[in-house]
Amino acid sequence: MTNFVEARELQYQYQIKDENGEVLRTIEALAGLDLAIAPGEFIAVLGANGSGKSTLARHLNALLHPAGGMLYIDGKDASLAENELSIRKAAGMVFQNPDNQLVAGVVEEDVAFGPENIGVPTEEIEKRVEESLQAVGMSSYRYHSPNHLSGGQKQRIAIAGVLAMHPKCIIFDESTAMLDPAGRREVLEAAHERNRKDNVTIIWITHFMEEAAGADRIYVMDKGHIVLTGTPGEVFAREDMLSAIGLETPAVTRLAEELKASGLPLSETILKREQLTAEILKTKEIFGSFVHGAALPVSGADDLDLLESASLKEQKQNRILLDAKKVSFTYGSNTPYLTQALHAVDLQLNKGSFHALIGPTGSGKSTLVQTLGGLQKPERGHVFLEGEDIYGQGFSKKKLRSRLGLLFQYPEYQLFETTVLRDVAFGPGNLGYSEDEAKEKAVYGLRLAGVDERFWSQSPFELSGGEKRRVAIAGVLAMDPEILIMDEPTAGLDPAGKKNLFQLLTSLNKEQGITILLVSHSMDDVAECADRITVLRKGEVRLTGSPELVFREKELLEKMDLALPEAAAIAQELSDCGIPIGRDVYTYEGLEKALGRYLC
Amino acid sequence: MLKNITLGQYYPGDSIIHRMDPRVKLLATLAYIVCVFLFQGLIGWILLTAILVVLTKLSGVPFRMMAKGVRALWPLLVITAFFNLFFTQGEDLWRLGVIHITDAGLHQAIFYALRLIYLIMGSSLMTLTTSPNKLTDGLEKGLSWMSRIGVPVHEIALMMSIALRFIPILGEEAEKIKKAQLARGADFDEGNVIRRALALIPILVPLFVSAFSRAQDLSQAMDARCYHGGEGRTKLHPLVYEKRDWIGYFLIAVMIAAFILLRVRDLPLPF
Repeated sequence: MTNFVEARELQYQYQIKDENGEVLRTIEALAGLDLAIAPGEFIAVLGANGSGKSTLARHLNALLHPAGGMLYIDGKDASLAENELSIRKAAGMVFQNPDNQLVAGVVEEDVAFGPENIGVPTEEIEKRVEESLQAVGMSSYRYHSPNHLSGGQKQRIAIAGVLAMHPKCIIFDESTAMLDPAGRREVLEAAHERNRKDNVTIIWITHFMEEAAGADRIYVMDKGHIVLTGTPGEVFAREDMLSAIGLETPAVTRLAEELKASGLPLSETILKREQLTAEILKTKEIFGSFVHGAALPVSGADDLDLLESASLKEQKQNRILLDAKKVSFTYGSNTPYLTQALHAVDLQLNKGSFHALIGPTGSGKSTLVQTLGGLQKPERGHVFLEGEDIYGQGFSKKKLRSRLGLLFQYPEYQLFETTVLRDVAFGPGNLGYSEDEAKEKAVYGLRLAGVDERFWSQSPFELSGGEKRRVAIAGVLAMDPEILIMDEPTAGLDPAGKKNLFQLLTSLNKEQGITILLVSHSMDDVAECADRITVLRKGEVRLTGSPELVFREKELLEKMDLALPEAAAIAQELSDCGIPIGRDVYTYEGLEKALGRYLC
Repeated sequence: MLKNITLGQYYPGDSIIHRMDPRVKLLATLAYIVCVFLFQGLIGWILLTAILVVLTKLSGVPFRMMAKGVRALWPLLVITAFFNLFFTQGEDLWRLGVIHITDAGLHQAIFYALRLIYLIMGSSLMTLTTSPNKLTDGLEKGLSWMSRIGVPVHEIALMMSIALRFIPILGEEAEKIKKAQLARGADFDEGNVIRRALALIPILVPLFVSAFSRAQDLSQAMDARCYHGGEGRTKLHPLVYEKRDWIGYFLIAVMIAAFILLRVRDLPLPF
């Protein structure tokens, strides 16, 4: 059988040009890459930002043509322009941004766009639209406008649009990067199903390791090369190598490696949570009696410590800084689209705390953030900043802005100035500082956010995604806020970028004493750093308290379609099976410690 | 702000008027507008009113929706009436110094206002019963003969439909950027006109940057789905004339003939 994709020594360069068209430098995006993908395979291509994986994707779909080497797709030479259309027909592509790849204002017409382009007869298009929408489970949305769908649904429409062209292969170019966990699952499942049922070759490009775990084979890219290839088990076993190129093995895999190192006899490489709990339970059988003995002396001292420090913390943080009382808000009160966004929400932000606000998409998080930030007056209820109503008469908005910083999702979209420094100085300038003072503040913000000095005089639009995000954060830090509210600050970043950002947030909280409200839809993201969690659903606060307390409510959380953090889930499964590690463990570090204790 | 803009003002329904081919409706609107300016005398009035009432009844669009369009354009009505009333030559009905109202002026003021109202209502009926997508399709196919003289009809129609999809998205984005800048202490309501205009820069620059990057993404997505111009394209819903559409064309012809007859009868004919 011939391969669907066959690449040898594939090369491609980008040229960075200045205003006069002079070539400043050349970026080697693909530097002699070899690839062979058989029909019907589910392939994952992993790589950090800038590894060349998107350039590769664009070659596989004939959007770019090789500058050197050889590339055959579906048996056709991709360097010839005349093969362009037939390659695009055989290998469809689903892009990253759900909004920017849908053409038509009605779902069915968008799905029909591809078949229309290749001249499929009308009756046949009709049939294909129906089949494709059914395949992705979106038939009931056929006559809807894509504008009212969720991100995951939009991506499923995009998949249907590709399916309607009857492709042999679908390339997913970071198609889940902008989605929430539920949307991510939706799209990944749809891809696996097409692979299973119709034997469609899938090339899944991502920087999320978890998504690659179900692939047949993984290619790892770095600097335009394939540096590693193999089954998920083989690839994930090379943690050292992966982390060196800015990738991370799934947290479960890392935990398993640590446990192995401390003497637990686990088999091969662990890819999934279920696998780990099963393996640990197996060791329990081996060490049965030993475990039994160890189960008794669960050290009471440790628990006491925990309690004491918790109450100490509580005392320290007792001062309420921002206090929302019975806040309610409805959208579109005079239209048929009336929705209650917030319903009598209470939220207290203690001074110095790292508070996480969790909720699925559509839970009212964004509205609440705007209300807390003084941008959306609630219909009922009040928001107090140290006892003063921020929507009350006579409360100065300037004062609020200087004390409370607010960052929306994808904050880099708000950058507009000619240089990074000037952009960051925009906020302080608005607060009434002179130009020099504002610059000084900007420098302070940039330093705090960790933006390298060589970028300061550059245009913000020339920076990479991660750097832009830092500049946007600096723009708020320059206003020297006591409170920082951030909506999904890590959305769209690769693992290294995400890790850096969480480090930054933790240090802002611990070292600068900035009170943080972090909005997220992922428990895993906040489990490691938050000291208080509020769960919002359908505009109501369902749970609020310390992480230990919130994660204890497993059933309730599951009902709300919110998964426990992986570590907490493992801890609870294990303790349900009689391994005494306590149900309050929710970080990997804690889990490792607890398991270590049980081992020794 | 931008979010509240609704392009077109489609009133969903399934009446015969809704189902009619957009090309017929476009021509009918054009013909009706011509007739509005052709008509004379009482019979013309009655005819125009009857056509409008019957079509509106058939479409099931409530009258207040039609009136909305007129209300939106009332300044235009007032201005036309004003100029006609005071600046038309004729027999004085009333005079105060240089200001005077003539009989012809009064007549003109009333009739031009009525003509405008009929014109607005007539075209509202079309936009109310035709979805923007259908309208674009109708324009593309109805004007396709123009591509022979070098007008890129397909491209223009595609641009229109893409604009229809992205205007609400960009509207929402503008709103979001505005809030983000407000959070950075920007002030959009203070100062004189120039200061306020300058204050919009922090919204407009990011909006343009985003619009361009969206355009780039979209063009790639279209390429990836084998888009290569209008040539050889088929359609999911091709416009096909049905019996009702031919009847529609026939009725349009009858209407134009009737108004030409009316007009000719009133002309001082040489024979």
